[in-house]
Amino acid sequence: MTDRRVHPGAWWAWALGLAAVAARATNLVLLAGIVGVVLAVVWACRTPSPQQLSLAVFVRLAVWVVVLRVLLQIVFAPRLPGTVLFTLPEATLPGWAAGISVGGPVTLESLVAGVAAAARLAVVLICVGAVNTLATPGRLLKSLPAVLYEAGVAVTVGLTATPQAMAEVSRVRTARHLRGRPTRGAAGLRGTAVPVLEGALDRALTLASSMDARGYGRRDAAGPHRFRSLALLGVGLLSICVGAYGVLASGPSRSLAGPALALGAAACATSLLLAGRGSRRTRYRPIPWTASATAVALSGVVPVVASVVAAGLDPAVLMPSTQPLVMPTMTWPLVLGLVVALTPMLVAPAPAADR
Amino acid sequence: MIPIRVDNVGLTYAGAMSPVLSHVELSVEEGELLVVVGPTGSGKTTLLRLMCGLVPHFSGGTLTGQVTVGGRSTSDVPPRELADIVGFVPQNPADSFVCDTVEEELAYVMENLGVAPVVMRRRVEETLDLLGIADLRTREIWSLSGGQQQRVAIAAVLTASPRILILDEPTSSLDPAAAEDVLAAIGRLVHDVGLTVVMSEHRLERVIHLADRVVVVDGPVPRVSDPAVAMIDSPVAPPVVHLGRAMGWDPLPLSIRDARRAAASLRVALEGREPEGWAPAGPESAGSSSARAEPVVEAAGLVVRYGSRAAVSGLDLAAGAGEIVAIMGRNGSGKSTLLATLAGLMTPQHGRVRIDGEDPARLTGGERIQRIGLVPQDPGALLYSSTVDHECRTADREGHLEPGATRAVLDLLVPDIDPDVHPRDLSEGQRLGLALAVVTAHHPVVLLLDEPTRGLDDLAKDRLAELMGELSRSGTCVIFATHDTELASRSAHRIVVLADGEVIADGPARDVACHSTVFAPQVARIMAPAAWLTVAEVVEAVGART
Repeated sequence: MTDRRVHPGAWWAWALGLAAVAARATNLVLLAGIVGVVLAVVWACRTPSPQQLSLAVFVRLAVWVVVLRVLLQIVFAPRLPGTVLFTLPEATLPGWAAGISVGGPVTLESLVAGVAAAARLAVVLICVGAVNTLATPGRLLKSLPAVLYEAGVAVTVGLTATPQAMAEVSRVRTARHLRGRPTRGAAGLRGTAVPVLEGALDRALTLASSMDARGYGRRDAAGPHRFRSLALLGVGLLSICVGAYGVLASGPSRSLAGPALALGAAACATSLLLAGRGSRRTRYRPIPWTASATAVALSGVVPVVASVVAAGLDPAVLMPSTQPLVMPTMTWPLVLGLVVALTPMLVAPAPAADR
Repeated sequence: MIPIRVDNVGLTYAGAMSPVLSHVELSVEEGELLVVVGPTGSGKTTLLRLMCGLVPHFSGGTLTGQVTVGGRSTSDVPPRELADIVGFVPQNPADSFVCDTVEEELAYVMENLGVAPVVMRRRVEETLDLLGIADLRTREIWSLSGGQQQRVAIAAVLTASPRILILDEPTSSLDPAAAEDVLAAIGRLVHDVGLTVVMSEHRLERVIHLADRVVVVDGPVPRVSDPAVAMIDSPVAPPVVHLGRAMGWDPLPLSIRDARRAAASLRVALEGREPEGWAPAGPESAGSSSARAEPVVEAAGLVVRYGSRAAVSGLDLAAGAGEIVAIMGRNGSGKSTLLATLAGLMTPQHGRVRIDGEDPARLTGGERIQRIGLVPQDPGALLYSSTVDHECRTADREGHLEPGATRAVLDLLVPDIDPDVHPRDLSEGQRLGLALAVVTAHHPVVLLLDEPTRGLDDLAKDRLAELMGELSRSGTCVIFATHDTELASRSAHRIVVLADGEVIADGPARDVACHSTVFAPQVARIMAPAAWLTVAEVVEAVGART
């Protein structure tokens, strides 16, 4: 059996690339295109796991974002001229709240602007949901450098705790129902919360003892350079922060940016190298970075480049005007970017038996 | 080097008045299978956890004396430094898994130990084959059955190639066939691989014949002896031993094979006689037809699906007042689903359920607890007071019972529980006793028990059987799902066997139990082809003859 799993890093590159395009756009046609691409790839490439629910959860969240944003837009948005769809009763606010308008005429233009702004966030959410389905967080953590191993395990345990707590809630509610006690209302909540928290704590202790008994955190496993590499990592990250501040700020601190970023990157790289060399911990069947992983990662980079090119050719294509309202259009670089983003369907389809 | 040496060890938990264990002298020899037996809450788990350092590192308490594992003292090093010498499989493995898939779980301990990737790969493959779980390698752990999870948990510590394996009740939640699989795997590890194994087990009938030595934990000072010697006066013993003791067989037989040879003359003496000492009281003697005429539990054409999988498909079941019905079948055959549906926790896609003429899904509050009592597989879920005493008093109040009624039931089941202790700190068996007391004190019309014997010792099982009998005489219909063939054949009037959500056998306990290779109790196997089920009825028949 050949290892056909695609490196989780590649999936993250692909999804983050699409999310980056979405974050820069309010073009509804483009955003709809991205959602289509994401759903098609997830449908073709996922392997069954309990994480499969997560896309549905993210999609539901995205729909809520759009609905909520549109409602807010209808009630609170500033009144701009345009095609009036309907008129809400207007409230007069006291002097201290001047500048906030409530009610009044709702125009098509403001509605479209609201939907577009919300859709941007919604599509980003769907991209994140998709990558959660394609590469479980646990799998990404397995590929982290050795120095981050401990933090990675903590995150994995935290991630599994949430679904377990949900299962615990339903278990406790069932038990209360069996004993004829209320499961709703304040009394129900108090009666449920305490056993759920107790259960979570108990499980955490059981898990901790099980991990310990199986050698987690052994003295010789972390290697001799552990503290040195952690310290270096800290210095490196701090330096990168300083550099990033320099890039964003104006004035004399700008000159600091280049050296600080370079120093930070070097420190981080050294730290990871040190930790990797010193660690006695080994990896079982690490997911290799294959040609298809490169293809998947590139298919996420191409749309970003395409969107930059498209914006260069026509600055209005990513964010079409809503005042006056114009029909969003697609240009050939954008279409090309979306088509390339479908590549994973060809290079990394799920085995037919797993579908 | 002696694998494990326990040297004059005593342990007192924080806040406890008296030690759990004291003056423990024990050395586990190379390559032996040591079985730890003892009543519920006697400190078996504590003793096992002492041997891998989890006690006192993860439990607190004061340790005196010294435990040495592979030459390292557990007071000097934490359990993680012993991971390459000793592997520990806890009682409920589901809570102890770290990874998502079987293969990753098997590799986890080796990653921590820094085993080379090539060796890791080889050991994973070998261990998968050794425990017969190669077909599960890519499965997600949550999707496995109890028996599969147990074998994965054993495999997950075996890959570190420890010299000692410690197992806390490895078969307690398994059906007879799955338990046989797990025990066969353990036997293979002892005989073929030369591993040293220490395990605790309540259902002694499954392991006693495999044991090299037995540790009896009954009171703070455990005794170590040869199985045949230990069984002469052990407080817990399998039916084969009870029969041997009653018949005065010497040496005491421990396996069915030995007992069958010893019982040759007994079988001849009892030939042609029908068991009569033990006749199920209740509907059978009152005429089962009248009980069936007005069933309090009625299920017709039940279909319950999870997604596309049918857990229960087209099942009919009726039970009358005062009837005791045992539901048996392998893990995942639909027993728990059936009980949950009868209790109204799940709504069937097809068919209907009536409990005492009512739809159970609609019952709430007082109406519910007076009709249906269900003790789930995890009895702790039913308890949420901070002390045992408070739990009992709450149950009294809610059921409008006399003060002390619940406590009285509890004392009958598991006596001497400290009223001020938190239910969480009880042993598994004590907790079940408390949950049973809380539910049965209301005298529900129908009592449903899901795996009531998990973690219970023989004495507690006897008392459970007594309690069921008493409830049955007072008109309660008891339906329990169990893997315990001994309890089912001893206390049930009827046994219903499920497979794939369908009833494949339904009849008087004696007929179903004696005609099954899997569900036959030990006495039936010894006395076959005659249909004797319990030690008591054989003893009575012999007594009546002489």
